[in-house]
Amino acid sequence: MSFNLRDAGATLWANSNKWQRYLIAGVIIVGAFALPLLEGTFLNTPRTPFVSVLFYPIGVYVLMALGLNVVVGKSGLLDLGYVAFYAVGAYTAGILSMHTKLNTWEILPVGIALAMLSGFVLGAAVLRLRGDYLAIVTLGFGEIIRITALNSSAVGGANGISNIPNPPTTFGFAFDLESDRNYYWVVLILIIITILIIRGLSARRPGRAWESIRQDEDVAELMGVNTYKYKLWAFVFGASVGGAAGVLFASKAMFIAPNIFNYNISILILAFVVFGGMGNIWGVVFGAVLLSYIPERIRFISEARMLIFGLVLIIMMNLRPDGLLPRKKREKIGIAGGEIK
Amino acid sequence: MDFSVLTDQFASLTFDGIALGFIYVLIALGYTMVYGVLRLINFANSEVFMLGSFATILVATKLFNHTIESDPLTGFKLVYTMTAMLVGAMIVSGVASVVIEIVAYRRLRSRTSNRLTSLISAIGVSIVLAEAVRMATSSAPMGSPRLLDKTTLATVWGADIRVDTLLVIVFAIILLIVLDLFVNKSRLGMGIRAVSMDYDTSRLMGINLNKIISTTFLIGGLGTGAASFFYITVYEMTRFSIGFELGLAAFTAAVLGGIGNIRGAFAGGIALGLIEMYASAVLGTQWRSITAFVILILVLLFKPNGIFGESLQQARV
Repeated sequence: MSFNLRDAGATLWANSNKWQRYLIAGVIIVGAFALPLLEGTFLNTPRTPFVSVLFYPIGVYVLMALGLNVVVGKSGLLDLGYVAFYAVGAYTAGILSMHTKLNTWEILPVGIALAMLSGFVLGAAVLRLRGDYLAIVTLGFGEIIRITALNSSAVGGANGISNIPNPPTTFGFAFDLESDRNYYWVVLILIIITILIIRGLSARRPGRAWESIRQDEDVAELMGVNTYKYKLWAFVFGASVGGAAGVLFASKAMFIAPNIFNYNISILILAFVVFGGMGNIWGVVFGAVLLSYIPERIRFISEARMLIFGLVLIIMMNLRPDGLLPRKKREKIGIAGGEIK
Repeated sequence: MDFSVLTDQFASLTFDGIALGFIYVLIALGYTMVYGVLRLINFANSEVFMLGSFATILVATKLFNHTIESDPLTGFKLVYTMTAMLVGAMIVSGVASVVIEIVAYRRLRSRTSNRLTSLISAIGVSIVLAEAVRMATSSAPMGSPRLLDKTTLATVWGADIRVDTLLVIVFAIILLIVLDLFVNKSRLGMGIRAVSMDYDTSRLMGINLNKIISTTFLIGGLGTGAASFFYITVYEMTRFSIGFELGLAAFTAAVLGGIGNIRGAFAGGIALGLIEMYASAVLGTQWRSITAFVILILVLLFKPNGIFGESLQQARV
């Protein structure tokens, strides 16, 4: 058996006692918070400031990849319109800041709630469909949101919404054009919260239900899992993460337009999930960081970004369908057993 | 909302809708036949259409040295050039379709039965093709020389019957009759029907699955290629994203008629062409592109088997 980073990490974690685990987690978290210190090293990105790249694309995309991972990776529901929830979050921020005095932190829960609501409405309607139909209907939903925004003058039409305010100074941390680092820390906190929630859910009933749905929906249904309910759960959870990412993005960028939220973003996020390893949190984080960083670092790749992501999808599916850091071996044996006809 | 447009131009909208519908029908073949055989949405078929549309124009501009300013042709030269464009588009699309099957689906089919894997691979192929063309054309649209003079032959109830739309309708009908005969009468067609009826049993009966599947992709690709030629003849313009725009509408047509069912694709395509034309007249053209998606969602919610429905329940097993 070849060396498997996922298993090595899992073994290390399994063999550690409580304090060692706190230590490992602490080192990872401190390391992540300290990443802005690497500015000016060989990691520096040529066109945009390194710390700003840490927030967008890297941080925002990692967050979205984690959300999509619950839908695609854990539950096996192919969602090709994930960008819709991102757009709902961003447009909530835009519209609310236009008409009310709410600041970003007050808008964030509203954006998450509205994204969850749209996830619930879409999910309730389409989750009775099987895999490939779901893919195309979600794709259609993403386009419907984009084109509706494009043709609605109330939200600025093709020009979008500009002058969305930055978040206010909070606990002495300023959020203006120069404070890329603070934005990165906020998205990092959201990423950590999301990871903790996903870990919590995975170990409990919803996680087991998602896993069983992914492996075989009919069997799960026969075993008494309310598949519809848990699929809807996964969908709504994924939507909430996408909505949060959207609010943050809008408040940093200060400007949104319908064509930012196109089909390519959905594919991008899907490529991150597939590349890193569907269903495995660390695989997804790794995939999203690597694939969103490389086009920023290496200039010529950035033009051919989508081409490369398309190739990633084909190559990964053909050669390593479980991704670079696949989920645990124990589960894979289960899948292989299920596939024998 | 302006319903007077609908009543004023009803006949001409209907005529244009039918022509658009036939283009959808031909593209829908690429989805519906592959779905029938493999139970897989052939995502890359939209890009097969896109490649065909570029091939059509390139045959006219590179092979026959026509430019956008060229005068319309007449007589034998017109027939000859148009036939070459049609054949060129069909060859490019047919070959592309078969190659896609070999590159993206065949390996996965023998290795795994996980549908998600094949689906993602198919999406990957679609992205790669669209992006490659986007980079090659620098995102610029490509116009086609008008080789066929678009004269109005007759006016029926206020609708202009133009040469190009009539040509689309007549040729599409001929192609569909040929295809229907092929699937229902020929030996290969019987193989295709057997595989779509029961994949595993037909393998046990000694049918060469790879040959049947390749043939299915080839026919789907040829139909899609013909559709791209007709599209160019009527609309005279293409760009890298055309597959995304039209392909998904054609997929909707296939689902509307009942996917996996060739005659269903016919009914679905015509219906969708008409609905799109009427809807864009009433709501404005900017909403036209989401008409198809809204219809798709409604069909799947309320009548998931489509008009002629092959049962989805059956398709699941």
